[in-house]
Amino acid sequence: MSLRTADTARTAGTARTAGTARAVAPRRRGRYGAPAVLLAPFLTLFTAATLVPIGYAVYLSLFTEHRSGLGFGPVQTVFTGLGNYTRALGDPVFRGGFTTIAEYCLLYIPVMVGLSLTVALLLDSALARAKRFFQLALFLPHAVPGIIAALIWAYLYTPGISPVVGALGSAGVHVDLLGHPLPAVVNMAVWEWTGYNMVIFFAGLQALPREVLEAALVDGAGPLRTALSIKLPLIKASITMVCLFTLIGSLQLFTEPMILQGASSQVTTNWTPNMFAYSAAFGRNDYGLAAASSVMLALAAAALSFIVTRVTRTRSERRTEAAR
Amino acid sequence: MSAVATKETDTAQETGAVRSATAGRSRPWSLSKTAVNGALVLVTVYTLLPLGWLLTAAAKNTPDLLGGNGLTPSNVHLVQNLHDLATQDGGIYFRWYLNSLLYAGLGALLCALVCVCAGYAFEVYRFRGKEKLFGLVLLGVLVPTTALALPMYLLASEIGVVDTFWAVFIPSLVFPFGVYLSRVFCAGYIPGEVLEAARMDGAKELRIFWSIGLRMVMPGFVTVFLFQFTAIWNNFFLPLVMLSNTKLFPVSLGLYVWNSQTHGNPEFYPLVVTGSLLAVVPLVVAFVALQRHWKAGLTAGSVK
Repeated sequence: MSLRTADTARTAGTARTAGTARAVAPRRRGRYGAPAVLLAPFLTLFTAATLVPIGYAVYLSLFTEHRSGLGFGPVQTVFTGLGNYTRALGDPVFRGGFTTIAEYCLLYIPVMVGLSLTVALLLDSALARAKRFFQLALFLPHAVPGIIAALIWAYLYTPGISPVVGALGSAGVHVDLLGHPLPAVVNMAVWEWTGYNMVIFFAGLQALPREVLEAALVDGAGPLRTALSIKLPLIKASITMVCLFTLIGSLQLFTEPMILQGASSQVTTNWTPNMFAYSAAFGRNDYGLAAASSVMLALAAAALSFIVTRVTRTRSERRTEAAR
Repeated sequence: MSAVATKETDTAQETGAVRSATAGRSRPWSLSKTAVNGALVLVTVYTLLPLGWLLTAAAKNTPDLLGGNGLTPSNVHLVQNLHDLATQDGGIYFRWYLNSLLYAGLGALLCALVCVCAGYAFEVYRFRGKEKLFGLVLLGVLVPTTALALPMYLLASEIGVVDTFWAVFIPSLVFPFGVYLSRVFCAGYIPGEVLEAARMDGAKELRIFWSIGLRMVMPGFVTVFLFQFTAIWNNFFLPLVMLSNTKLFPVSLGLYVWNSQTHGNPEFYPLVVTGSLLAVVPLVVAFVALQRHWKAGLTAGSVK
């Protein structure tokens, strides 16, 4: 389904919903019956496995466990208000996790989005051959579970096991990715996600109105100029969406560093906020702190999504106004 | 989705025609065919190389694997590795494999049904607060799944279902993005006239959904199934926090535990590598076989 067909489908859908409503309207009794039955399973599950856990985490994050009598008395759960939040935010280790994520994003997002955009534009150019094969071959890493991708790369980073490190070494290039976990993790993520996002961009490019591209050609724009000045601005919605989802995904960074931890001493147990929350819950049994850091992670994701959508929307609105 | 295929070929022809029209005017910086395809080949090598390594490494024994020795016909140990995999810890690997198939297969099937029901209801009916409710579902798309896993664990331990099948299975049925996809697919695949005709004939609403709506939106159903199957198969964080009984582990968690033992016991290396290869196979097969479905899903997602 392309952008254009989806749009027409959507308009058709709205028109039809009106028609449906007309057909249903006479039978007032039981009008809510069918949609209620159809929505009930999803809404029940959504409540049980999303809304209630979030609520419970917020509730838990307001309490802390406290031992009375020099630490030998019974465990008491006491209300601390925002105590867990200030404790997490005051912990340089927790803040360090966010620094790691920020560095990771600064390296990962430009590299991955840039690479997938470049590949999509190359595939979209008239010069590319075997487009179906390339799409499939580039997408395949996404079919590999994240934990296995991390395992493969961890082996490929290990001197002795890895043919890549060996080959580079004999060529005089010495890479030590295990000593530099950030680029090591970024490479794993680039490998997993480039093809996936490339397919999204490529689909967007394929759906561009051909008249516009032909007009550019008639005006004397070459393939490079067309790609940069026409195609890229036209698929801006896809680019924004990919950046947004990549950002949310990056905040959750967990699996890859967990695997690298075994091979690299540079990755600590609290390297990312998610790892911090995990070790708070299972290493220290500090559920209040774990809940508070999970809530903050979700809030950070919500805030970032809000900012990204807000910034891009106002910019496009400004452009529409300027066009008038 | 055959429309996509025809569209792609149309585009190829159009651009082909455009290209021949401009072939006369050569530009100094214009990209040559070799450069474009060469770059694509280079990126493909990057994506396929680790998979190729996995394929050859799965056939090596411990000394060859750790020594980085090349694979020659004389030192193929694939059968031996598979045998070790089947016998280690009483054949628990294949138990994990069956668990993964159950979590992912059954979970994705039920999840796709739940999503299509909800997406259909959102698309076909009008009721008060509909768009607000749909907005809530879209907000659910943005909640990081791992930020949710820990709260779910805390809740599950409160009600005493930690370390059970349900603790991993139930959360995997929730897929807000699948509801969004289903709504888009219902809009594209189910003509309103058909539903109205069925109503004229006196069919009940749920009967219409089951016999007509669900049938017509089957391609969307398969897409949602494929996406969720991958997500459950690849999920690691949720089983990690929920499960401690090794008999309930999915493959991903089992391999993680084995990998953490490789430091003390290097003979686990071939088990992890061969086990990883087997765990990748179903997904690769599914993605190659169902190409048009994942492409359709990714494209519908990008409309947002």
